[in-house]
Amino acid sequence: MSGQLSSKNKRPLSPHLQIYKPQITSVLSFLHRATGVALCFGIPFFVWWIAAAASGSCAYDFFIKLCASPIGIFCLFGWTVCFYYYLANGIRHLLWDAGALLEIKNVYISGYLVLFFTALLTVGSWGFIFF
Amino acid sequence: MKLKWEAHGFKTPLARARGLGSLRSGLKEWVRLRVAAIASTILAFWFVWFVLQSVGMSHLEFVKYLAVPVNSIAMILFVITLFYHLVLGIREIMEDYIHSEWVKILALIFDYMFFSVSGVVCVFFVLKIAFSMGV
Repeated sequence: MSGQLSSKNKRPLSPHLQIYKPQITSVLSFLHRATGVALCFGIPFFVWWIAAAASGSCAYDFFIKLCASPIGIFCLFGWTVCFYYYLANGIRHLLWDAGALLEIKNVYISGYLVLFFTALLTVGSWGFIFF
Repeated sequence: MKLKWEAHGFKTPLARARGLGSLRSGLKEWVRLRVAAIASTILAFWFVWFVLQSVGMSHLEFVKYLAVPVNSIAMILFVITLFYHLVLGIREIMEDYIHSEWVKILALIFDYMFFSVSGVVCVFFVLKIAFSMGV
């Protein structure tokens, strides 16, 4: 039905996402879903990790070797960023659901705090691992 | 006495059966998603600590570490709450962006099955480790 409509009469459509200027509010909102989906792709590896540990040292050592490889580190680093972002912004969302921080000023402040903590926790975690 | 519109929610039985529009059960899902989120947020802090501690451990050390009751229990709770949140979250995204009805239904079935199986596999292996190492 929608196909018929769009082909027969060229009515104006509502503005698409691309024409809006990206703002911290919209970008962070988009990133919440994006990082959530990205983390889902880590789930099979999470399952692999637990299953490998239960299967024995051979399987576990192979998995750890995979994690320590350049591509493994690259993926794990990406998931660390996503994990901390999703965690921090998730807490922000829960506070909103509770009715707090809904004033635009607080939305901006908490948004920048989310980015700050994402960076801090990511650097902190990888610093802890390497040093 | 139940009024007609309370029983049917301004919708014909056919519309309700098709599952289109409000079924008046959305609040429950909304609350569940948040409760699972709160639980997994708390457990996420444990998870970070657990993973950072486990870096550099040998297989035996790691298995012993996971078999500590507090860690096994926290890991199982984390898996349950996380996967519950995950299934509902992915469902929401699929419902938003997949417009073909049958593709959406298949995707939702996959969502529920894949993450349910993944969750059960995780819980099973954590229990296996916990019990085989002897509490």
